[in-house]
Amino acid sequence: MSTATTHTAEHPAGEYHGGLLRWLTTTNHKDIGTMYLTFSLIMFFVGGLMILAVRAELFQPGLQLMKPEFFNQLIGVHALVMIFAALMPAATGFANWMLPLMIGAPDMALPRLNNWGFWLLPPAAILLTLPFTLALFGIGDGALATGWTFYAPLSVQGGMGVDFAILAVHILGISSIMGSINIIVTIFNMRAPGMTMMKLPLFAWGWLITAFLLIATLPVLAGAVTMLLTDRHFGTHFFDAAGGGDPILFQHLFWFFGHPEVYILLLPVWGLMPHVLSTFSRKPTYGYKAQVYSFIAIGLLSVVVWAHHFFTAGMPVPALVYFMFSTMAISLPLAVLFFCWIATMWKGAMTFETPMLFAVGFIVLFGIAGLTGLILADVAADAQYHHSYFVVAHFHYALFAGGIMGVMTGVYYWLPKWTGHMYSEKLGKLHFWLTVVSFNLTFLPQFFLGLAGMPRRIPDYALQFAEFNAISTVGAFVLGISQLLFAWNIWCCVRGGPKVDGQVWEGAEGLEWELSSPPPHHSWEIQPVVK
Amino acid sequence: MEQAQPTATRHNRLIGKLLLMVAGAFVFAFALVPLYDVLCAATGFNGKTAGPGAIRDGFGVGGLQTAAAPVSKVDTGRTVRVEFTGTVMPGLPWDMRPLTVSLDIHPGELQQVSYLVRNTSNRTIVGQAVPSVTPGQAAQHFEKIECFCFSQQTLGPGEAREMPLAFIVKPEVDRSIRHITLSYAFFSVDGQRQTLTSSREAQ
Repeated sequence: MSTATTHTAEHPAGEYHGGLLRWLTTTNHKDIGTMYLTFSLIMFFVGGLMILAVRAELFQPGLQLMKPEFFNQLIGVHALVMIFAALMPAATGFANWMLPLMIGAPDMALPRLNNWGFWLLPPAAILLTLPFTLALFGIGDGALATGWTFYAPLSVQGGMGVDFAILAVHILGISSIMGSINIIVTIFNMRAPGMTMMKLPLFAWGWLITAFLLIATLPVLAGAVTMLLTDRHFGTHFFDAAGGGDPILFQHLFWFFGHPEVYILLLPVWGLMPHVLSTFSRKPTYGYKAQVYSFIAIGLLSVVVWAHHFFTAGMPVPALVYFMFSTMAISLPLAVLFFCWIATMWKGAMTFETPMLFAVGFIVLFGIAGLTGLILADVAADAQYHHSYFVVAHFHYALFAGGIMGVMTGVYYWLPKWTGHMYSEKLGKLHFWLTVVSFNLTFLPQFFLGLAGMPRRIPDYALQFAEFNAISTVGAFVLGISQLLFAWNIWCCVRGGPKVDGQVWEGAEGLEWELSSPPPHHSWEIQPVVK
Repeated sequence: MEQAQPTATRHNRLIGKLLLMVAGAFVFAFALVPLYDVLCAATGFNGKTAGPGAIRDGFGVGGLQTAAAPVSKVDTGRTVRVEFTGTVMPGLPWDMRPLTVSLDIHPGELQQVSYLVRNTSNRTIVGQAVPSVTPGQAAQHFEKIECFCFSQQTLGPGEAREMPLAFIVKPEVDRSIRHITLSYAFFSVDGQRQTLTSSREAQ
């Protein structure tokens, strides 16, 4: 640690503390990245347990296990946990770990803010789930029971679980905005000499667009839930028709954030995919510029299409037509991305290690999400499919196959770099096949349920839906249990395993692979020069 | 670390700009509230009907006589069915029902109907009706000349009253619209709400 002295001002804690205090006070991007990823994995299981209880209830028609009120709480909190506490922190964890390594920066630009950004998450997660526990002791009536969308006027009338969720969303939002500011400043100001914006790794580009989307839309959500809070407790009437307010306004505000949120979750994954595909195809990324421009186009389009989430709420025909066509227009830059991913693999010397399996699985399943999204974007068809299980299946193909499987791609791809050990390929492949088969077993039947007219968010259903629901529940339990393999594989890899060199993957390119595995605690203190 | 100072300055400048964007987005959320209201009132989206202002513009100085005068062009070539409904919101111990459930009219005709509203409690209560027209496209052509929703209504203990409503469906209403539903939600007006429930919102 000969260079440690020059960094004591910036990293006073990392060198001196051991144990818990090290993690509480660390400002090192690698430590913080590890904490984000660990938190994300824990919350992934928390959110998963909630939805397994829901699927257990839906195994058979009728009410077996829980009251409808509790069912409503589970689905809403499941969504909030998975989106805000599992997927978003996973992406932020990737950014923390990899961005400085990839762009040749010694650390993130704002290390203390980084630490604070992470440590806001656990209190928010507790706020979100605490009402469940309080209800056990007879305090309050449980967690948020409105679904994750907080629609007024239900959320104006709801119990104290809504207040807990509003405060949790505020804290999570502040954390994400701080993370975004940090990432933008890092990418703009800390790149290695010679690394121009058009030489930036695609992962960094994906995150850059994500960060700008977060900054533009999260404050709108914060505003919307603030209005909800004042409507509930301080006598305002933003969403209360009795005082001249309008509940539909809430839907506009919510989805002005909510739709870009989908791309916030997916853009980091789209940024990571080309790296994995090019590594295991042993070919350079196809269409770098096309992908960058597609990211930007999707980012811009994502903030002008929000009302397709409530076509059925009542809108004049010109507005319906506008939102339909602008939504469908997003498929154009997305098609460019799909083309580039496939063209990167085209005639490559491909091998199918676990990250590559997940990447290819991602392309196929995320493609299904995109195509079913086009059906929902059609105003005429949407009147039939709105609020049905078709929508549930569609966004799980987008957010599980597109989001979570994308995150798993990244974890398997970078785990050897982070730990210096190779994970078990055998377990990894088993995990992939179990995941992909049970995922389809869970969600494919839900398309048919939706087409047949089963509404979402209802704990009971008509008899003709029984078979598909039973299949879906079996799939969900296999899917949930398979994820234990993932956790076990990571655990073993962190503890030990075959040593890997800095390069790790034969075909990998980029600054991050020039460092040892694991990289030293302080890396790129002297910035590399990119030609 | 000789670059430390310029780097810090660059960081701070960028952070300042980004924080400004965050603040701007937060303010934008609140700016959407009046924008949304203006848009809905101007276009009739969302069933917000035209109020007395629109009547003045269309018919000169208000009042039933003058209002009826220019509507000579009654479109007898077609009929539109208007249905009436009403709900009393929680917290208001009243009953309401339309005395006419539905009416077949020619666009341009002046019509008068009424609702029977009864106070089921033993105290005097003030209420305010908020109207909504479905489909939204018809809302801007649905003109209320006289309506109990234009002002707050006071009912004594057990009092029942017929509350009148005079309206015209303008001949400009789209030919594809054959069915219009007028719905009222009656809200309790307690002390705190009195100031907020101005006549503007009641339209």
